[in-house]
Amino acid sequence: MGQASDSGAVGHDAASDSGAVGHDAASDSGHPAASEGDTLVTAGVARLLAMLDAGDVSAEDVVTAHLSRIAEYDGDVNAFLTVLADQALDHARDIDRRRVRGEPLGALAGVPVAVKDVLCTRGEATTCGSRILEGHRPPYDATVVTRLRDADAVMLGKTNCDEFAMGSSTENSAYAVTRNPWDLGRVPGGSSGGSSAAVAAHFAPLAIGTDTGGSIRQPAALCGVVGMKPTYGRVSRYGLIAFASSLDQAGPFGRGVADTAYAYAAISGHDPMDSTSIPEPVPDVREGLDSGVDRLRVGVVVEALGGGVETGVAARVREAAELLGKLGAKIVEVSLPHAKYGIAAYYLIAPSEASSNLARYDGVRYGLRVDGDTAEQMMAATRSTGFGDEVIRRIMIGTYALSAGYYDAYYVSAQRVRTLIIRDYREAFADCDVVLSPTSPSTAFAVGAKADDPLAMYLNDVFTVPASLAGLPALSLPAGLDERGLPVGVQLVAPLLGEAVLFQAANALEAEVGFDPVPRGGNAVHPPDTAHANA
Amino acid sequence: MSAIEQATAYEAVIGLEVHVELSTATKMFCGCAIDFGGEPNSRTCPVCLGQPGSLPVPNATAIEFAIRLGLALDCEVIDSSQFHRKNYFYPDMPKNYQISQYDVAICERGHLELEVDGEARRIGIHRVHMEEDTGKTLHVGTSGRIHGADYSLVDYNRAGIPLLEVVSEPDLRSAAEAQAYLSELRAIVLTLGISDAKLEEGSMRCDANVSLRPRGATAYGTRVEVKNLNSVRSLGRAVAYEIGRQTGVLDDGVEVVQETRHWDEDAGRTSTLRAKEEVFDYRYFPDPDLVAVEPAADWVARLGKELPELPSATRARLRSAGLAAHQAASLVSTGLAPVFEDAVAAGAPADDAVKWLTNEVLGWSNEQGVESGAVALSGADLAALVAMVSDGTLSTKLARQVLDGVLAGEGTPAVVARDRGLEQVSDASELERMVDEAIAAQPAAADRVRSGNHKAIGALVGAVMKASRGQANPALVNELLRDRLISGA
Amino acid sequence: MSLTIDDVRHVANLARLALDADQLERLRDQLGRILEYAEQVSEVATDDVPPTSHPYPLRNVWRADEPRPSLDPDAARATGPAIEDGRFRVPRIIEEDA
Repeated sequence: MGQASDSGAVGHDAASDSGAVGHDAASDSGHPAASEGDTLVTAGVARLLAMLDAGDVSAEDVVTAHLSRIAEYDGDVNAFLTVLADQALDHARDIDRRRVRGEPLGALAGVPVAVKDVLCTRGEATTCGSRILEGHRPPYDATVVTRLRDADAVMLGKTNCDEFAMGSSTENSAYAVTRNPWDLGRVPGGSSGGSSAAVAAHFAPLAIGTDTGGSIRQPAALCGVVGMKPTYGRVSRYGLIAFASSLDQAGPFGRGVADTAYAYAAISGHDPMDSTSIPEPVPDVREGLDSGVDRLRVGVVVEALGGGVETGVAARVREAAELLGKLGAKIVEVSLPHAKYGIAAYYLIAPSEASSNLARYDGVRYGLRVDGDTAEQMMAATRSTGFGDEVIRRIMIGTYALSAGYYDAYYVSAQRVRTLIIRDYREAFADCDVVLSPTSPSTAFAVGAKADDPLAMYLNDVFTVPASLAGLPALSLPAGLDERGLPVGVQLVAPLLGEAVLFQAANALEAEVGFDPVPRGGNAVHPPDTAHANA
Repeated sequence: MSAIEQATAYEAVIGLEVHVELSTATKMFCGCAIDFGGEPNSRTCPVCLGQPGSLPVPNATAIEFAIRLGLALDCEVIDSSQFHRKNYFYPDMPKNYQISQYDVAICERGHLELEVDGEARRIGIHRVHMEEDTGKTLHVGTSGRIHGADYSLVDYNRAGIPLLEVVSEPDLRSAAEAQAYLSELRAIVLTLGISDAKLEEGSMRCDANVSLRPRGATAYGTRVEVKNLNSVRSLGRAVAYEIGRQTGVLDDGVEVVQETRHWDEDAGRTSTLRAKEEVFDYRYFPDPDLVAVEPAADWVARLGKELPELPSATRARLRSAGLAAHQAASLVSTGLAPVFEDAVAAGAPADDAVKWLTNEVLGWSNEQGVESGAVALSGADLAALVAMVSDGTLSTKLARQVLDGVLAGEGTPAVVARDRGLEQVSDASELERMVDEAIAAQPAAADRVRSGNHKAIGALVGAVMKASRGQANPALVNELLRDRLISGA
Repeated sequence: MSLTIDDVRHVANLARLALDADQLERLRDQLGRILEYAEQVSEVATDDVPPTSHPYPLRNVWRADEPRPSLDPDAARATGPAIEDGRFRVPRIIEEDA
């Protein structure tokens, strides 16, 4: 890598152009204290865009820096299932050529992004972390992938996840166990653990995950990054390989709220290919990022800080509420009395939908086939071989819950609970603009710690599931570390289509928390040199 | 018990489930064009292949067709209905579930008026619901059928084509009523132009639920579902067979087994396809990928106003114009009523027009395998043809040849008659020459006529017609012969 | 919630899964415990509360009946594990179509 002498000046531009917050764009040293590669992998989106725009670095430089770091350290983390190095470099060079020629470029031109392996990429392996889709190359791109490409974000590769997004630890992948960059002996959370780990490990500034019951927010919390689940229907599900269709939403990860907002802006908006896609235009959430919280009311969920929440988590959440109060927000207590039924309802609804969504993996049209004498035997052999234990468990639960004689008691009752939770939120939002709670009751747990107890694993989702059932936008951001030095996430939930207020509140809180997103600690992934970048 | 006593001991209770494949431009939930006969799997996309991640978006025209059929069947159009998933595994189903409607259909509670053997019957329509078709499975092996096949091959070109399922109430009481119902439903579908409704080709499919109960009973007997009914005729045969079979079973003091049976057209009987124990648990639930269908009241009202005249109304009008019931029914069911009405409007006597249509045109379309409603014959053509016969330009025999030409697209009757040289010879001098030749050639016949045997004139007329290759005007020939041989008497 | 092995086997059959005796036994236990937990929904799910199947209220989302290009047939079949004569090949089918 060459000189980085211009980057400081660019940093100023980025900060002033974007109005974005501090940690990613504030450098002004102008001295190559760190390698340029490390500068590039720690830079935030606004800064990268400014550097690229000014011609100080090329998209190829940016992509190369990230690919180098992946090559060096992803063996420790296993964030990626597929690294698309050649394609990424080709795309980067194409962007550079177009920039030179003065051709129009997308809003994220040259910014690397990692994409969860449940989003279809035409001609490139898309496995959902499942043996049953080993080597599957879809004939089409997911709308999210198309939008990223249209924005000229450079896709570095496909990230690991729990099989078919079923899990909270990324241990359920058929291919690899992803490690938490803060402590390689711990899980990154899940199911989008590959995406959260990729961002935390500085393999990519942005990543896309999917969230069904917390699969973006919980791994974001455990990895010390920002993760956001949009309103159900804000981001197209076309090409998102379904787990539970009435809950699945794709959303962004970033190392800061502003970065996350960039990715959200790129992927959100109406898609005629998805019947559940919301037709309303999407306001630019970046405009109100710096509006502060002094006119906002923040509801703290009274039930959320009781038993079952680790003390370190509860402490950071209380502090977050205090910080918001200090910033001028009005702090109120709100109650979600039916939220405690959320897990029960979720673990009926999601498996029911999944049992139907996953019926198509039968060895006929795509994916794995295990031979059998008859079509019926072939299908059963294929499915039993291709699906892992957790997927089989959920297919079984869902099949049972939908079967004759049980449908009303299980599935319909769960959908009634869903109504009750929606009503709870409606009442809460009469008194507040955003709801604050922990994202997860615990920080990152050790690999293997909950692998044998499905129910204990499910209870990880207790704070994230209610917003999923209600379709609400929700965001997790780091609120500090626990006593073991592991990141704690707090969750903000807004009303339907309330993404702008969500980002606004999160951005204010983030600035006040001052969290450093570079993983530290004895068992952390090798950190980039941030002497320069994170001044 | 005699056959008649058997037949009267039980009452048949029959309900029909009819699937209508819609003739939209694209499939139900994706933009793949509906185009038959293409290369296998050439009309497919991620959606209709059930590729992971793909999502359905309903076809607005299919929904409109569903509402129009519902309105034509006097159904209520339901304020809010929801697509459901019907879950079962089968290789021709790309997602291993079928998108269908379940608890509430788009149209419910209608009826269909029939006239069977002169008796008016009102058959309830339980519901009309929307769903998607499956792919087509080719069974490879010596039998060509599913049993005994070595393996199967699946083509998804048909997968996702929109279907309407029309479910009748169990109001039908005989094979004849079932046939009348299916014919009438087909005529309505054709009138609406929402399907080509070909039973033989599967764009309209019919399953019959048949049960018997003691005459006078109100409870239903055990029901048997009969599949593979590929024509109105096979429906009638299958239902009649099944009534006979179940009568035999009940007379033997045995209970009818609830099951699905397959109609074998060649053998003329039904056989067990699937027993009740194998009844599927379809695990229906609302499809989360699809949102509620809530047709606006003003849209439904407009569709109702824009419905074309339905077959029953057309028949009533034709009958009030003097046609017999069977003639009106035939014109309507064959789609020839518009030709008839245009011909009458163009001056053709109704009697002549209906005879030409029901005898000659229908015969031709059957022979040629052309859909009768699609024949290339305008009312004006038919009127011209009838006029040419009545003014003696054409004999009936020549007129048939002219009609063939018209139907083959050779032009108007006048053009065909000229081009084919079929105009009747009415020129007196030429006819006189031919008559004289005939008398000269058959003196014995001529003598018999002269001696008072007027019937013998037929042989001479025949000779002239033959010599003229049918083109001589037979009335004039007759007249000339009488002048020559009888007038002096 | 206590399930029998036959219950579990029946559900596995509905779900087209071929499970061995160990799996069936393990699932009998796990499903029983998970469903017992899930049954709490019945505590509050009374008939006067309407079920919600879709979290965002939309209706009448339709597309115009206008053709879009289909996949190239080779691309449509490229993911297929077994193709013959342009069709997806499967072993002989025992059960009749529904």
